[in-house]
Amino acid sequence: MSMQPVKFYQTGTFTVGNRLLGGHQRTVQANMRRTNSLNSGHRACQGCGEALGARYAIDAAMQATGNQVMAVNATGCLEVFSTPYPETSWQIPWLHSLFGNAAAVASGVAAAMRVKGKRGVKVIAQGGDGGTTDIGFGCLSGMFERNDDVLYICYDNEAYMNTGVQRSSATPPAARTATTMAVGEHPGNVFGTGKNVPLIAMAHQIPYVATASVANLRDLEVKVMRAMSIGGSRYIHIHVPCPLGWGSAPADTIRIARLAVESGLFPLFEAEDGEITGRYQLRRRVPVEEYLKPQRRFAHLFGKVPDVHTIAAIQAIADRNVRRFGLATGSTS
Amino acid sequence: MKKPFAITLDPGSSLANHTGSWRNDRPVYVDRLPPCNNACPAGEDIQGWLYYAESGEYHRAWQELVKNNPLPALMGRVCYHPCENACNRGTLDEAVSIHAVERFLGDEARKHGWKFEIDESPSGKSVLVVGAGPSGLSAAYHLARLGHQVTIYEAGPLAGGMMRFGIPKYRLPRDVLDAEVQRILDMGIALKLNTRVDNILDTMKAGGFDAAFLAVGAHVAKRTDIPARDATRILDAVSVLRGMETDAKPQLGRRVVVYGGGNTALDVARTAKRLGASEAMIVYRRTREQMPAHDFELQEALDEGIMVKWLNTITRVEDTTFTVEKMVLDAQGFPQPTGEFDTIEADTLILALGQDVDLSLLDKVPGLAIDKGTVKVDRNMMTGYAGIFAGGDMVPSERTVTVAVGHGKKAARNIDAWLRGGAYEAQPKHEVARYDLLNTWYYADAPQTVQPVLDILRRQSTFDEVLGGLDESNALFEARRCLSCGNCFECDNCYGVCPDNAVVKLGPGKRFEFNYDYCKGCGMCAAECPCGAITMVPETI
Repeated sequence: MSMQPVKFYQTGTFTVGNRLLGGHQRTVQANMRRTNSLNSGHRACQGCGEALGARYAIDAAMQATGNQVMAVNATGCLEVFSTPYPETSWQIPWLHSLFGNAAAVASGVAAAMRVKGKRGVKVIAQGGDGGTTDIGFGCLSGMFERNDDVLYICYDNEAYMNTGVQRSSATPPAARTATTMAVGEHPGNVFGTGKNVPLIAMAHQIPYVATASVANLRDLEVKVMRAMSIGGSRYIHIHVPCPLGWGSAPADTIRIARLAVESGLFPLFEAEDGEITGRYQLRRRVPVEEYLKPQRRFAHLFGKVPDVHTIAAIQAIADRNVRRFGLATGSTS
Repeated sequence: MKKPFAITLDPGSSLANHTGSWRNDRPVYVDRLPPCNNACPAGEDIQGWLYYAESGEYHRAWQELVKNNPLPALMGRVCYHPCENACNRGTLDEAVSIHAVERFLGDEARKHGWKFEIDESPSGKSVLVVGAGPSGLSAAYHLARLGHQVTIYEAGPLAGGMMRFGIPKYRLPRDVLDAEVQRILDMGIALKLNTRVDNILDTMKAGGFDAAFLAVGAHVAKRTDIPARDATRILDAVSVLRGMETDAKPQLGRRVVVYGGGNTALDVARTAKRLGASEAMIVYRRTREQMPAHDFELQEALDEGIMVKWLNTITRVEDTTFTVEKMVLDAQGFPQPTGEFDTIEADTLILALGQDVDLSLLDKVPGLAIDKGTVKVDRNMMTGYAGIFAGGDMVPSERTVTVAVGHGKKAARNIDAWLRGGAYEAQPKHEVARYDLLNTWYYADAPQTVQPVLDILRRQSTFDEVLGGLDESNALFEARRCLSCGNCFECDNCYGVCPDNAVVKLGPGKRFEFNYDYCKGCGMCAAECPCGAITMVPETI
């Protein structure tokens, strides 16, 4: 990982700031003059991971570019809760067109900036997992294939939350949604479906791909900074828990995100030109139950008789990630 | 011009939307009592001084420390640090080595010649302190800070009380003790050595004192009846340890038996070893688990080759032959004789069976309550006679240096209030910051720093200090292991994790405040606060 951990401080680099850290060791979020690109008064639910992830990412991008950022937003929670006409929470130039065309619109905005000679202006396209992995996927793949100068950020809350929690191709197996009910022989979302867009992005051989989590702010900021420092198509996939859709307590958003990472279910890695260049090694590995249990979307796994086969199958996914991405402490693959 | 719908309004800011109205619970910043502070018998604000030590401000840290305890170099060496037993970090990995940092700060003070401050202007009142032990010195110091004229009468030839005449040099080097005492005397406190007080009322009257604090300690060794021939050498631990501070070093012989199971028994056995005894054995009638001595001190003694005979009593002594009887524990855990006897050969028997207080100076004082050889005091540390306060080993309480220092402070504050015609009211205590209130994910993994230990050969033959101190780099590291339980240390987590930007950062040293106009009450700030300094309070609707 490109992040340098600080050792032997009260909290090391785990907290957002810490008075004992030097200025350059603190995060953008610790700065009293952070841009708050997504301002107060937005209508996201209590404890919204997406609102938090969006501010983390865009504030970091603003700092990296000297506030020269424009954003194109796909339809979804982020668009709806931030910008109900005529109000907006965005403190940056911001554009919304359709659900599925954010990548294409962003490609156009980047072309327009180039034509106008505004080389310093950086374009970000952003959307939820529905707008990215399903509906906007064609436009996204096209943007990657043309290597357009855009950073695309996907805030992954693992379903269509804005319209009432319907399954997307980012919904994990066994999760209950409005369209994968917890009924029948195999309740919840089926195994063996869905897609891993970070790996698909890597297959396009674009300059930079990374996954990040709201539970690891430093890692997230370092990745956004890295992405802003290079040209061409870049993709960052940020895991953002949704208290409403996942059935978790609003106060637990970061804890749940952390458990997703530490269980191995959401691996943090980065890749350049199609090759993995870094990964976050688990600090305190936990069994998947610890991640699943606090979420009502997995409650059917923990009934009177726990569904041990399904839990074991989810654990196998985590174990595979740990092997595949070299997440165990000290592993080098 | 008629515009189509949806572009008729200019863009507005979402700041118009006060999402604070959604809230059921509101986050509130709190300060909780750190468990270390709660456990400290001297009432030190440990977390408070560690806070400054963490950023390398050692002088400021020392100043914070001595607000409650004037003897850090000494305390860092001899205190049994109940703070570290209470430390939440002990549950996480290992407790912060508070005593080692305290000792480091105390040694820095000696190195740089830091001096005490006097907080109040002269009160015109004069207070007598009887006894220059930890309690008397602490009271004198605090009274001087509060502006009173203080005189100490000490019966012994040197100041320090049991710190000098009870604690061996290898645990407390005398230059450390002398420096700490001198710094207190430099505040303008008069010390009269070799001045025994026989009648406190007469002494007070003669000296024109407005109040007195008595802390004469417990220097009278307890005896037990062991049938013995006149030729047998039987000494008591108090006089052996006291003799070490005078020119007449005690002659103990080659084989020494110590009878008792307290820290004094260990001290005297280790002293005997250093004086050249080839065998030093402790005889104790109970088990290791029941021994009142601290286990780490026992371990140090065992390392040095001290032998211990558990579950034995000495029944008879004839010249150099000691008869011991084996004991067993009954169902209540009390030792009972078995009738099985054994013999040990030794030259000297040293009794370490505890100490009593010489209360003769109070004989003529009316209205006192005496309880098992100690003077009863009320919660203000005042005896039954108005204006006479007491503390340390002579009042009913645990007998440690730290408790004595705490008594001195408490008594000084009460004497001050009494002299000014009021009553001292301690501030109400905050709720203790329990381990389960912390979010320990955020604390970096950092094991305790190990203090250097003197090599075993030199521990057998010399009185050099056994435990070494920390240097600047590892003292800083150790201070920074503090979790700051229950009190904000400005890690910026709440400011960072709020999805609604409803936490306002006020700048270095000023902490944070909530913007309740936008706080939705999700509770993420409270959940992610490492030290438990935020609590959620239900809104009243």
